[in-house]
Amino acid sequence: MMKLNSTGQVVLILVAVAYLLGVYFISSPVWMGFTINALIVAVLALSWNVTGGFGGLSSFGHAVLYGTGAYTSAILQVTYGVNAWVALVAGIAMAAAVGGFIGALAFRYGVKGSYFALVTLAFAEVFRICAASFDFAGGGSGLQLKLAPGISNIQFADRTVLYTFLLAIVVLVMLLTAWIKYSRFGAYLVAVRENEDAARALGIDTYRIKVLAMAVSGAFGGLAGVLYLQLWLFIDSSIAYGSSVSIEALIGPIIGGAGTVWGPVLGTLGLHLIGEGAKTLLSNAPGLNFVLYAVVLICALRFMPNGLVGLAGRIGPFAKKESKDA
Amino acid sequence: MSTLILPAVISGLMMGAVYALVALGLTLIYGVLHIINFAHGSLLMLALYAVYFLNTYLGIDPYLAIPIVLPVFFALGYALQRGLIGPMSSGSEQNVLLITLAVSIIIENLALYFWTSNTRNIDIPYVYDTVELFGAFIPFGRVIAFFGALAVVPLLWLFMAKTRTGSAIRAVAIEKRGAELVGIDVNHTYAICFGIGTACVALAACLLLPTFYVTPQVGYTFVLVAFTTVVLGGMGSLVGALVAGLLLGVIESLCGLFLGDSLGQIGIFIAFILILLLKPSGIMGKAP
Repeated sequence: MMKLNSTGQVVLILVAVAYLLGVYFISSPVWMGFTINALIVAVLALSWNVTGGFGGLSSFGHAVLYGTGAYTSAILQVTYGVNAWVALVAGIAMAAAVGGFIGALAFRYGVKGSYFALVTLAFAEVFRICAASFDFAGGGSGLQLKLAPGISNIQFADRTVLYTFLLAIVVLVMLLTAWIKYSRFGAYLVAVRENEDAARALGIDTYRIKVLAMAVSGAFGGLAGVLYLQLWLFIDSSIAYGSSVSIEALIGPIIGGAGTVWGPVLGTLGLHLIGEGAKTLLSNAPGLNFVLYAVVLICALRFMPNGLVGLAGRIGPFAKKESKDA
Repeated sequence: MSTLILPAVISGLMMGAVYALVALGLTLIYGVLHIINFAHGSLLMLALYAVYFLNTYLGIDPYLAIPIVLPVFFALGYALQRGLIGPMSSGSEQNVLLITLAVSIIIENLALYFWTSNTRNIDIPYVYDTVELFGAFIPFGRVIAFFGALAVVPLLWLFMAKTRTGSAIRAVAIEKRGAELVGIDVNHTYAICFGIGTACVALAACLLLPTFYVTPQVGYTFVLVAFTTVVLGGMGSLVGALVAGLLLGVIESLCGLFLGDSLGQIGIFIAFILILLLKPSGIMGKAP
């Protein structure tokens, strides 16, 4: 089913691949460190992309999934001494369950559009207040993992190994996204986005599809949260459930191209490059990278409604009108 | 316990009136432009800083700052809608939501950059003189805020019902195309409405700051409460916003009393989720 990409899209993807592989050869800890962070956010962006991109269900509270993955894993490891890999799976499962639960509740009552964005935002805020208030979640001081490098603890002393591990995970999640895109489930989800009433009239169980999409998105988002925890070995309520997480989740896919396989990753990498460049130029001022992200977001909404991928799709001999394939 | 409940309800009502005032601007913008303005809380934060700086550097009393801050924020709101939100959103509901989100990110992070995350408050001795109301000791500043907020609802209602501009706003809200046909400048009317909504926030800031504080993040807390108020009251309903604001102030105060201060706001968000799920048209709204 894979259609020919336009020259612009091929070039864009090749640049991204060259960059991601180039990091191995530059041997600069700054580039490596910043790309590692960007890869974790890319997983979160791919999570938002399932619901917000394919399903048109724009969430403003994806931190609820990210934070639940991170907190589940942290509580299991710190309090119960569970192995990191088991905790990883539990974190993913828990986040998928929370995603499915929020979806089931919201879609059961026909919540959609801006209301859905507000419901998810409110859930993220409820979870944040709970995490900051209850002792089993570390309360105000957060949770700290013990430093114990080793594959069995998912802690990598060697940054190159860590980078390879994260890159492999991003590729895996992209492959899963591609599978969703070209599967029957993905087609149903796009049908729900384009015209829900028509989809229902054709016999699609739209409620089940949307809840399933939230659960899949939850699994990806939970994975991103666990990866963050394994990298920094620390979380607290505002890192895990803060509004900046939710913003990062949606901004990458929208700029890169929502509902595509490459868009969320390209958007996240591009944004982080801009943010990092600004940090270097403007002496590390807090928050200024978010100002830039927001400016880019406004420009993207105005001038490239289908994101970078859509824009690149209009360049070159195989150019398509409003292409969404990449 | 029962001796504590009445004072908690009274102090909740006082806070609720300010919630209502913030929500009035939001519900007006929603009712006419049909957009959810995410930047509303950030504009409140900006207004709080304006009042703070006027007081700290020029020694202007926050209540006397009203005639300065109100027109400035009206103009700011007008310019924001006319110059940015209107032209950039190309009419799609989701784009408007994202653009106002982007505007709030910009305002909040610039505030963080220029003014740091320090909590600031102003020192006006007389606002802390307490007034006894049914066994509750309420700071004088909160009482002023309560009656100030209550006074705005009838004023706004009179403006909407009796003036030409008010009629134009109502016409645009009901039938945009029709209003255009009879010669109403729709973009101008939208921007006026956004300006009035922003002026409400500026007034709220003047009434709030004497007994509150300001940080760059303060808007985020208020915007969620304001959304809750607007949805609970029925999107676009002025009276609904007032009733809902007062109700939420009481809910927060009682949750704080029974669950502890840190969990006080959770009552508001749970109420929000329940309303969105069960009755998104709100208590005063029409069926969707």
